[in-house]
Amino acid sequence: MTVPETANGETMTTIEVRSVSQRFEDFEALRGIDLVLAERRIGIVGGNGSGKSTFARLLNGLLVPTEGRVFVDGLDTANSGKAVRRKVGFVFQNPDNQIVFPIVEEDVAFGLKGLKLPRAERDARVTEVLGRYGLEKLRGRSVHTLSGGEKQLLALAGALITGPDCVVFDEPTTLLDLRNSRMVDEVIAGLEQTAVVVTHDLDLLRRFDRVLVFDGGRVVADDEPNAALTRYVESMG
Amino acid sequence: MTPIHRLPAGTKLLILAVAGTGLVAVDRWWGMAVALAVTLGLYVLARQPRDRVMAQVRPLLWLLVPLFLVQGYMEAWSLAALTVLRITTLVLLAGLVTLTTRSEAMIEAVEKGLRPLARFGVDPAKVALAFSLALRFIPVIARQSAEIRDAQRARGLGRNPLALALPLIFRTLRTAGEVADAIEARSCVGPDTPDDGPASAP
Repeated sequence: MTVPETANGETMTTIEVRSVSQRFEDFEALRGIDLVLAERRIGIVGGNGSGKSTFARLLNGLLVPTEGRVFVDGLDTANSGKAVRRKVGFVFQNPDNQIVFPIVEEDVAFGLKGLKLPRAERDARVTEVLGRYGLEKLRGRSVHTLSGGEKQLLALAGALITGPDCVVFDEPTTLLDLRNSRMVDEVIAGLEQTAVVVTHDLDLLRRFDRVLVFDGGRVVADDEPNAALTRYVESMG
Repeated sequence: MTPIHRLPAGTKLLILAVAGTGLVAVDRWWGMAVALAVTLGLYVLARQPRDRVMAQVRPLLWLLVPLFLVQGYMEAWSLAALTVLRITTLVLLAGLVTLTTRSEAMIEAVEKGLRPLARFGVDPAKVALAFSLALRFIPVIARQSAEIRDAQRARGLGRNPLALALPLIFRTLRTAGEVADAIEARSCVGPDTPDDGPASAP
């Protein structure tokens, strides 16, 4: 499979979702989804329980579909979980559940643990990622003293340290106030990686290339942002 | 950086283990008082302010005061003093280790210390990660507990340990599931292993 490139030569991730359904015991969370995701900014919107978060978890192999297949640049998430997660990072709604070490720099370094890098090289990488998101001054801080926005940026830094080509965000601003929410939105908009963002923030989605609207486990609209969001707002009554 | 800060984490943990065991052998209250005085001296050497010392002991007062009174009344006041001084000294020693050691260094020391057990099927990296998660999630669970208590107070419920424990256990289990997903999502570099499939089976 050819991996598409952006105008400035960056590689882009292609995610193919083939006839995917997802069932949790008696509840069918997703039904017959068929999509190819190859744009740089893809938004996902839908009501509560519409299946959007389940869909997001399928994209980096955190969840394997009960029916159908998901491929990331040709890798099947059902049997190449680690390789898929190297390509697709994930940022969760609640950063508190994503941050696993008590100190900022230790948490960012966690993703590199498997590489067994020399300490100097590991510290340099951590410094670079922290600096990119304005977290350098917080590197020695205890994570429970950070603001919600700082925690979400730390969660993003932790996801990006392993160098994924694509990042999936599951409602990254839902728990944040307006200022922190705008800050995280700006960071997402400026990412060089492909971003797939589940969100209720319609202003953010208007800047995207493509928006999927979920309802009852199905994609009911798949279009450029204005058309898709008009459909979504109408469906919400 | 004080000499206590500079000591390797493994050495500090070893000293803590030896001192903790040694304290059990002290059977006179005044001997334990000397041990407490030495511990407080170590806090001075480590340049820890007085409020840090109090912060270590304060959460235990609800246990220490009744323990002292009950044991003093039913057994002997010297035995009550010995017990309370022993617990206080142990807690302060353990607190000094955590206050003067980076959590990462401590976790590395635990991982290194457990390596000989790998031949018996113990995975040192996993135990060390569990250790780190315990340190990380103490404030998170404390905050969740405070939120549940506030919500219950707002609805007119008094102090009821069961009413607090059940929702806290459910929330903690849900958090644990999400944390496991996050660890899976973030543990993606390094050599591939046979169990590198999906995080959750269908």
